[in-house]
Amino acid sequence: MDFQVVVLAGGTSKELIPLVSKEVPKALLPVANRPVLSYVLEFLEQSNLKHLIVVVEGEDAALRVGGWISSAYVDRLHVEVAAVPENIGTAGALRAIGHYLTAHDILVVSGDLVCDVPPGAVAAAHRRHDAVVTAMLCSAPVSGPSESGSSGGKDKTKKPGRYNIIGLDPTKQFLLFIAAGAEVEKDIRVQKSILRAVGQMEIRTDLMDAHLYAFKRSALQEILDQKESFQSLRQDVLPYLVRSQLRSELSLDVAQAEENGNDKVVSLDNKVMLSQLVANTSSSSFHELCAMGPNGSAPFPRKTHKCCVYIASKNKYCARLNSIQAFSDINRDVIGEASHLSGYSFSAHNNIIHSSAELGSKTTVGPQCMLGEGSQMGDKCSVKRSVLGRHCRIGSNVKVVNSVIMNHVTIGDGCSIQGSVICSNVQLQDRVVLRDCQVGAGFVVSAGSEYKGESLARK
Amino acid sequence: MDTPRRTSRVIDPKVRHVGFFAPPSPGRTPSGPPAPAAPSPVSGSPSGNSLSPVMIPPPRHASDNLSSALTLHQPPSRRVSIPVTSAVRRPSIDNVAVVGSYNQSETVLATSPSAISPSSRIGDGEFSEDSVNWIRRTNSGKFSSSVPTGGFDVALNKAQEVSEKGRGKGPEISNELASNAKPLKDKMTKAERRALQESQRATKAAAKEGRKPASSSRGVAPVHEQTAKSVKQPSQKKDVPPVAPVAPSIAASEKKGGDRPLEKDRKKDAPPPRMQFDDKNRVEKAKRRAVVKKTEARNRVELFRHLPQYEHGTQLPDLEAKFFQLDPMHPAVYKVGLQYLAGDVFGGNARCVAMLQAFREAIKDYCTPAEKTLARDLTAKINSYVSFFTECRPLSISMGNAIRFLKARIAKLPLNLSESDAKATLCSEIDRFINEKIVLADKVIVRHAVTKIRDGDVLLTYGSSSVVEMILLYAHELGKKFRVVIVDSRPKLEGQALLRRLVGQGLSCTYTHINAVSYIMHEVTRVLLGAASVLSNGTVYSRVGTACVAMVAHEFQVPVLVCCEAYKFHERVQLDSICSNELGDPNIISKVPGRMDVNYLDNWANKDNLQLLNLLYDATPSDYISMIITDYGMVPPTSVPVIVREYGKEHVFM
Repeated sequence: MDFQVVVLAGGTSKELIPLVSKEVPKALLPVANRPVLSYVLEFLEQSNLKHLIVVVEGEDAALRVGGWISSAYVDRLHVEVAAVPENIGTAGALRAIGHYLTAHDILVVSGDLVCDVPPGAVAAAHRRHDAVVTAMLCSAPVSGPSESGSSGGKDKTKKPGRYNIIGLDPTKQFLLFIAAGAEVEKDIRVQKSILRAVGQMEIRTDLMDAHLYAFKRSALQEILDQKESFQSLRQDVLPYLVRSQLRSELSLDVAQAEENGNDKVVSLDNKVMLSQLVANTSSSSFHELCAMGPNGSAPFPRKTHKCCVYIASKNKYCARLNSIQAFSDINRDVIGEASHLSGYSFSAHNNIIHSSAELGSKTTVGPQCMLGEGSQMGDKCSVKRSVLGRHCRIGSNVKVVNSVIMNHVTIGDGCSIQGSVICSNVQLQDRVVLRDCQVGAGFVVSAGSEYKGESLARK
Repeated sequence: MDTPRRTSRVIDPKVRHVGFFAPPSPGRTPSGPPAPAAPSPVSGSPSGNSLSPVMIPPPRHASDNLSSALTLHQPPSRRVSIPVTSAVRRPSIDNVAVVGSYNQSETVLATSPSAISPSSRIGDGEFSEDSVNWIRRTNSGKFSSSVPTGGFDVALNKAQEVSEKGRGKGPEISNELASNAKPLKDKMTKAERRALQESQRATKAAAKEGRKPASSSRGVAPVHEQTAKSVKQPSQKKDVPPVAPVAPSIAASEKKGGDRPLEKDRKKDAPPPRMQFDDKNRVEKAKRRAVVKKTEARNRVELFRHLPQYEHGTQLPDLEAKFFQLDPMHPAVYKVGLQYLAGDVFGGNARCVAMLQAFREAIKDYCTPAEKTLARDLTAKINSYVSFFTECRPLSISMGNAIRFLKARIAKLPLNLSESDAKATLCSEIDRFINEKIVLADKVIVRHAVTKIRDGDVLLTYGSSSVVEMILLYAHELGKKFRVVIVDSRPKLEGQALLRRLVGQGLSCTYTHINAVSYIMHEVTRVLLGAASVLSNGTVYSRVGTACVAMVAHEFQVPVLVCCEAYKFHERVQLDSICSNELGDPNIISKVPGRMDVNYLDNWANKDNLQLLNLLYDATPSDYISMIITDYGMVPPTSVPVIVREYGKEHVFM
């Protein structure tokens, strides 16, 4: 279908420290004991997209990601891993791999996306409107631990974060305005010209930009070449395209001229007539109307381009792993409500306990839990809505609620862990109480200590 | 054409117009006495006539119109077709047209009370009056002479009997006919009609292997019950053989009478019959093959069950989701299909152009697989694309013609042509088709039509037709002073876009909805309409509502000019818009854009006792059309078959 797929896997994101480290780049963070990147790759594979370009920031990270991909997908996917310098931004990354891009359209997927919306839908909407960019929007996820949580419920009530402020046209097909909610201080500026052309704009805050874009390659590369300063797709390229959609500076007609150039039979006059004929009897978006001028036929039609959106339906799951909160949310959801994403088969108790895991007597593992391969638990433990990694050793009388525990973690007797993330190779000595904490890889928490809402990592 | 039709001419045949009846085809009947006037010709079409009342007519009378020579008292084009909502509308037409005219022409017959009753829907009313009507004439003409002449005598016999019965004084009424004629007088319920139809089919199947002449009586027999037939058949066999000269007319009447010709004959030349969507098995089969997953709409209107109708809103997301899975589909083809489905591209020309351009892209990127020939493999490819398009939206006739053209070109490619040459040839052929058949044709039509626009004219147009728009703009460019009335209708309101463009160009326009067409028609001097297709009986198949506008114009004696490129002509004959039509999204008509308070039908789509009908096309009988402006010039609707015959081949094989 003439699409190329670029997965932007990122490097070591600052927002996810202390979860990420040199050894574990963001793309390899485990979600239900699988690297988060695997969700993206499988999601693409399901749509029959098997030729992928994965862009990773940093050579080291690229090596690790590449190694993991080749071990896991060697026979299924055809993946090229490209390393780009760190802190180059998403736009920079695309600029750097520009020479790989040859197809007519490019699908850019963020490597931290966990979703089940078919990417084909975005691509189809893109093609249908012949758009320059099509962004996928999904309903903003409910953040924070689920209300039904037995103990997490009384957490400080987090305000539902505003993800994006998005302006749509009445048909909900075109993007008229986009801004990140966090960056908006007080007011937003909407262009009058767009508003005039559309007539009505719907501004919504309940949608989230899923960082899945379809770009027209020629347009994207033109922008990347011309605007050297553009760093990020989300912050620079997309808003620029949206802003300039009615006074396009892109030379999009070049391609069309090339197409028609070879048939000399068609005189110019006829061509104009034909295009008018097609345009008049087709439903035209405000772009065409605006381009044709107020009285229907401006002598020099204004150049416009279309920025489309595809709004995923509410019953689809879609989330991005871009914060620690999101990390625990996604872990919980993948085992819980979006369990079809995990690819595991659940037991009758609605949990996953690996056959090699050992449970002590009177230890209970509740529903929506996962216990990795070779993990051992002592007596009288209780696990609720948590993910436990591989080869963990957990002592007796340990309570784990709403938490994520990665691989090779040792937990002493009598610990209580709530709403926390514990990275690989961490050692918790006896009677540690953790609440809403993040413990970086290899950290040792001394016996009897209590932490609340802290981030613990090796200096 | 400038002069409006004379009313007197129109009125008389109207009686028959309204039903499903073919005109008498006169000169053909050898039995006809030398008597000058109308009476005898009638005998040519009795079987057709008597057959019709019970049928919800499939294409019939096919050959009739073509073969009918000049009639004495009415133009050959006289033919009956029914506008879309015929079932509903007809009675009222009866009232208007028939009642008045009746007395004028045939005063004798006061015997058709049901003609006026609005509930006589399927034509029993018309039938009775009609048959009686012509029978009377036969009698007065020369009945006795026709008895010995082979195939017709049966029909005439019967005809006579019916007439006798109608008059209430028949010395020789045969029993079965008397008894059979009776039910026709009564209003039949739907079930009865259906039963009758079934029996008719059975009869036909039985009679299939019968000799050809025998079939001429088929038309008569099935209408009535089996008894009638059983009596008929032997008598027929007896009579028929000696009559050689009657053969052509018999053949004609046979074609007309048999609504489905023999399967074998049909297979040879005609395309396979359209899929009937009330046939469960076939629908299931088609579904399995389908690329686009569809859910059948639940409450479909009874009369239109045979047309495809799906739950709108489910197809698009489904097709979109499959974007990357549909490998065999060329991206350009896929895009166009998506646009059809989403309704981004509509209108006969635009859809056809979009399709051809997609095909051109696909052909450009095509390469013949090893061990296959280009002609065959590419045809198969094109076929798969076409079926994909059909799943997205039923093909328009214009698209069908374009596809035929393209396939013929592919088939005609010389075998020794290299692949790249062949592709280049095909691409240029496609360009040529678009150029000659659409763009240049439009230009020619514009030149022709502009001559019909004079200063001070008030031109009415309906919906939004690209050709009509070009005509209007060109006439304006020439400095003609005229006013435009744009009549529009829900739910698409396409006229608004046209209005916007015309007003933008400085034309003075009036915009109204079709509800008001009879009020605005007073001031109109010409009606310019576009068409999706013109069929070979002169019927114009166009956006729903066109028939209504044309009829109103006709009633007001305003000439109706239909502008249609010749590539949209089709040799099919269609008398009504029931057997072949397209159903749109029924939910659209239950919503009023911009008015949230009109929400009485919200969430009612699945109510069992509610059926929404959103028809997209209707058929305008040729009687209401003064002239068809095409790229071959301005022709009366009766000349369409000539163009189809003379130039139709050229479309494909030029």
